[in-house]
Amino acid sequence: MDMRDVYCQTLIDLAAEDDRIVVIEADLMNATGTKPFRAAYPERTFDVGVSEADMVGVAAGLSVAGKVPFAASFGCFAARRVYDQFFLSANYARLNVNLVGTDPGVTALYNGGTHMTFEDAGIMRNIPELRILEPSDEVSLRKLIPRIVDWPQSVYLRLHRKGGWSYYEESEDFEIGRAKTVRDGSDVTLVSLGMVMLQQSLEAAATLESRGIRAEVIDALTLKPLDRERILKSARKTGAVVTCENHNVHNGLGSAVAEALAEDGVPARLRRIGCQDKFGEVGKLDYLLEAFALSAPHIVDAAESLVNSKHAA
Amino acid sequence: MTATQTVELKEKARDIRKMTLDTIGYLGVGHIGGTLSVVDMLTVLYYKQMNIDPENPRMDGRDWLVMSKGHAGPALYCILADLGFFPKDWLHTLNVGGTSLPSHCDRVRTAGIDMSTGSLGQGLSAAVGIALAQRIDGRDNWVYACIGDGESQEGQIWEAGMTAAHYRVDRLIAFTDFNKMQIDGLTQTVMNIEDIAAKWTAFGWHTQRIDGHDVEAIDAAVEAAKAETGRPHMIVLDTVKGKGAAFAEGNLGNHNMVFDYDTAKQAMDELDKETY
Repeated sequence: MDMRDVYCQTLIDLAAEDDRIVVIEADLMNATGTKPFRAAYPERTFDVGVSEADMVGVAAGLSVAGKVPFAASFGCFAARRVYDQFFLSANYARLNVNLVGTDPGVTALYNGGTHMTFEDAGIMRNIPELRILEPSDEVSLRKLIPRIVDWPQSVYLRLHRKGGWSYYEESEDFEIGRAKTVRDGSDVTLVSLGMVMLQQSLEAAATLESRGIRAEVIDALTLKPLDRERILKSARKTGAVVTCENHNVHNGLGSAVAEALAEDGVPARLRRIGCQDKFGEVGKLDYLLEAFALSAPHIVDAAESLVNSKHAA
Repeated sequence: MTATQTVELKEKARDIRKMTLDTIGYLGVGHIGGTLSVVDMLTVLYYKQMNIDPENPRMDGRDWLVMSKGHAGPALYCILADLGFFPKDWLHTLNVGGTSLPSHCDRVRTAGIDMSTGSLGQGLSAAVGIALAQRIDGRDNWVYACIGDGESQEGQIWEAGMTAAHYRVDRLIAFTDFNKMQIDGLTQTVMNIEDIAAKWTAFGWHTQRIDGHDVEAIDAAVEAAKAETGRPHMIVLDTVKGKGAAFAEGNLGNHNMVFDYDTAKQAMDELDKETY
């Protein structure tokens, strides 16, 4: 199931019990996959056309009057274009506006550099009290949406749109601000954010194991607030951390983990896999994963070099 | 509206102007121009038209007001204090560290403020959202919004204008405070917005243009808006920036102005000489 279909179906299911839930879009219902929501709840669905600023403002108005809006657009528009609206009308006003930025990082594919959002989570991290989530599979997305509804203030949801992956067991529980350790290890910690990078991280961990390096893999799931406790505990154990993000290494997961390590004084070495402060470009996923050095072999190289330098020290 | 009501509203507007001068004058600096220009409209709304309860600021079924030109907060604070939403002595805490009354409207800090505003262009969208939420809930209360003339240069105003008309948000009554001035000079010379009424009409709004300092005309325009269904309502108020304070009227620097309390007091004394 495409992640967008999980998103829409989960909202439809929740809306049956919760009449506060409304969907608002800016001419990307086809892309976000929310037309089934409109079919089920036409009176609770608003398409405002190509006007993302108005989308966020109207969502804020719906929220102040008691609704729980989910507003979506491509991440470039949901983050860059409406930052001030989201900052003031939603977050400063302490409203429950849930803003969904789809097609994170390289998943923008043929939409290319104009749409390839490597900066959205970074700018969002500067909004006080905001929660920033990037579910990594269908189960985590389905389980986190009710938490988003319950959180009384705003959320930025970085949503992988096309393609699905059922990684977690249906019985798994998810909370905002809580990471998951998905593979135990003792030599190096891989901290991952999002579906693409969790897949690459797990592949890297398997390769590392074949070379005698036991990697612990943590799926961050929430960027803000970062689950520092879990990540630092692992870093103290392994002494080596590789962050893996489909985002600029500036201000995203790599920065957040670096801040945590430095402030806590954990003696761990760090490498950051992610976009190295570059603009995006068009291409297929495999091409882009190489172009931005995000693929498993790059994670393996980073982890190996850290482990080797640890042993050399 | 009876002749007595008209006189009472005029007197109330004068009192709110005096309170606004006192509030900003006490601090010594503030948005005196754009607060004084909206006093008559706010007076008609809060003392005649709106269904609100100072004891229960977030009462279900109340009417709403989004002050999209958020810097007009102090005029609204004077009305809210006068109505008992909070103590009048709070007015002298305007912009003092830790205050509940910041320059720009803040729904979290101030009882009776329905929406946080201060980045121009955003409030009209929020008002549309509130009206849509009321519709979902089957309520028939009114949502008011006030935007500035300079603010009308923001693209988001026209995005919201399209959305309100498209969804036939006819419980929304918006005002444009057309006081003809903005920070960099006359609106006409900085970025002309005329023909502003024609623009709103072209956007599908039920549009009226009136003297924004005539309480009878304001009340009649609101009544006319309430009688017209199927379209959102825009009432363009021809106003004077700094209305009622000689030191501010016609002064292109009156957007955010430094003045001492004696100056404010002199303007208040002049207002006391007015008879209705």
